[in-house]
Amino acid sequence: MSDVRNREAQEAAERAATYEWGFTSDIEQEFAPKGLSEDTVRFISAKKNEPEWMLEWRLKAYAKWLEMRAPDWAKLNVPPIDYQDAYYYAAPKKKPELKSLDELDPEIRRTYEKLGIPIEEQKVLAGVEGARKVAVDAVFDSVSVATTFREELKKAGVIFLSISEAIREYPELVKKWLGRVVPIHDNYFATLNSAVFSDGTFVYIPEGVRCPMELSTYFRINAANTGQFERTLIVADKGSYVSYLEGCTAPMRDENQLHAAVVELVALDDAEIKYSTVQNWYPGDAEGKGGIYNFVTKRALCQGRNSKVSWTQVETGSAITWKYPSCVLAGENSVGEFYSVALTNNRQQADTGTKMIHLGRNSRSTIVSKGISAGRSDNTYRGLVRVGPTAENVRNFTQCDSLLLGDQCGAHTVPYIEVRNPSAQIEHEATTSKISEDQLFYAMSRGLSQEDAVALIVNGFAREVLQQLPMEFAVEAQKLLGISLEGSVG
Amino acid sequence: MLNITNLHAAVDDKPILKGLSLSVNAGEVHAIMGPNGAGKSTLGYVLGGREGYEVTDGTVTFDGKDLLDMAADERAAAGLFLGFQYPVEIPGVSNVQFLRTAMNAQRRARGEVEISAGDFLRLSRAQADALGISMDMMKRPVNVGFSGGEKKRNEMVQMGILDPKLAVLDETDSGLDIDALRVVGEGINRIMRKPDKAVLLITHYQRLLDIVQPDFVHVLAGGRIVRSGGPELAHELEREGYGAIAA
Repeated sequence: MSDVRNREAQEAAERAATYEWGFTSDIEQEFAPKGLSEDTVRFISAKKNEPEWMLEWRLKAYAKWLEMRAPDWAKLNVPPIDYQDAYYYAAPKKKPELKSLDELDPEIRRTYEKLGIPIEEQKVLAGVEGARKVAVDAVFDSVSVATTFREELKKAGVIFLSISEAIREYPELVKKWLGRVVPIHDNYFATLNSAVFSDGTFVYIPEGVRCPMELSTYFRINAANTGQFERTLIVADKGSYVSYLEGCTAPMRDENQLHAAVVELVALDDAEIKYSTVQNWYPGDAEGKGGIYNFVTKRALCQGRNSKVSWTQVETGSAITWKYPSCVLAGENSVGEFYSVALTNNRQQADTGTKMIHLGRNSRSTIVSKGISAGRSDNTYRGLVRVGPTAENVRNFTQCDSLLLGDQCGAHTVPYIEVRNPSAQIEHEATTSKISEDQLFYAMSRGLSQEDAVALIVNGFAREVLQQLPMEFAVEAQKLLGISLEGSVG
Repeated sequence: MLNITNLHAAVDDKPILKGLSLSVNAGEVHAIMGPNGAGKSTLGYVLGGREGYEVTDGTVTFDGKDLLDMAADERAAAGLFLGFQYPVEIPGVSNVQFLRTAMNAQRRARGEVEISAGDFLRLSRAQADALGISMDMMKRPVNVGFSGGEKKRNEMVQMGILDPKLAVLDETDSGLDIDALRVVGEGINRIMRKPDKAVLLITHYQRLLDIVQPDFVHVLAGGRIVRSGGPELAHELEREGYGAIAA
């Protein structure tokens, strides 16, 4: 028996030592000068041929950022970040105008293939009658290099562009909504993003349109020392619907890399946005060396009557996660949902949750959070439910479950409830459990390896959230939970 | 099929099994009986490969291979099935998903092709029907919200689907009413009473042995087999109690 265990332990250690998707592709980069200054902001804006108003917007954010301090209220141990010791802009040197994916840089193609991102498959699948079509606005580093299905989306009237293109082609729409949900002075990281965001995605769904396919964007950090500052803006006009998928993997790096994205969603009357994320940035090695700092601001404004926004996230990566996808429920009868699985292993730290701000009458929200902690990691759910004084008949249901693997990890639940209207009904349930020896042995005695047994039990624990994901993501997410826990038991 | 020689095992450094020897051949059903604390469940766990049940001496071979050198999942793939006295709940994982994953893991380990979704569904429906478990229950999370009797019947469904060579059944009869006992007992006969299979029945009581008739009965006491005999030994135990025999 002991030989068997030793062998397993050694194999697990070897696997843990090599991050499966940790590779670097060799593509010429054109960097912004190292460090952060007004000149950096001007460089980025000039590189992107931005109009004057956009540059001014960025400079205003930069000036504000200089006066701000990084937040320290989260249960995170964040090493000091030297903002001058990083590059803020990197893009493939010649931005190709692609007519098809065949024209894509073969190196980039190979990178995608290694990641298992099935762009070609998706194209093939899209040709099959009845198959759901997935449009990929593939973001390589900071610049969009390939956009597919644009024609079909155009027919439906859907605008799906990189945000740089949108700034040039639809300046009025962008001007109207950019910074409406997350103002430029919102918080330290969002303000930094506002100053230096390199690219991202813009989506506009016109009135009454149901977006004909699920939209997905794959983000990927590829250049050493390059912060990734994505900016996403999705506006769903009256009576429209869109489902947006976002997934990330990142290559192995020794230096810590800062990722400070901003996502803004706007839902008007009767509109619905479903936003799903699978986040698998490089988490650092078993000792906590390296890994991505993921400081993200995601917020939705349910402005219209009967509007609905649903956030689903599966967070397995990053050394440090600071992220609270939130809903401002301003519209009457508006609905906000937050379904989250956050998994931390080794030395990872996650402080994540949501804010449901109820301002509209009869607005409702649901929060389901599943935290999984293994190794020596720390995993915190932090959530706010706020009911404004004029918001009648608000309902909220919150469920926070934590699962612990081993005895050196931490799980914490920090709910904030602020109710200023007596008609509100707020429910909060929380559980903490350990994966039991009984469960592991039972599954193994039926033939599952220890790692498969852990993956199965953890997937069962996270099921309520995983079943919210679109099919394409659910399968990937299930695998990811298993992979992320390899070597964490036994 | 199964050869246990001079088996010593300890839990938390406390010796439980102290020199147990037993041979089980294909086509045989052996009953292990004995008082509480004799080491019956420990024997089941040691054979199943549970962590924390440390073998300190002795050997166990299964089909000529060293069983003790295999991890629990390897033992399952080799054809060993352990029926639990207290089947475990796995929230969020359906019975069907659990069993199909397990079955395919076993098949992969044996170098066989995986079973298709359709074939698996047909197989599980047949086994569930035979044990009075509805497909609705098969789609519910493993053992969650099942009654004691349902859990035990579910163990038999699992055994029927996984189709092992050797079943070690730990107090499969406990907590069953008369009707459920009959269903479970007949399930054991149907699935395991075959020339190429064998059963080790761990039980306190005669009543299961009225349905699954053993070829051999062993009395386990103080970590060793103190007496072996034919089916009549179980009746003698039922009449006279363990005290007289184990002494």
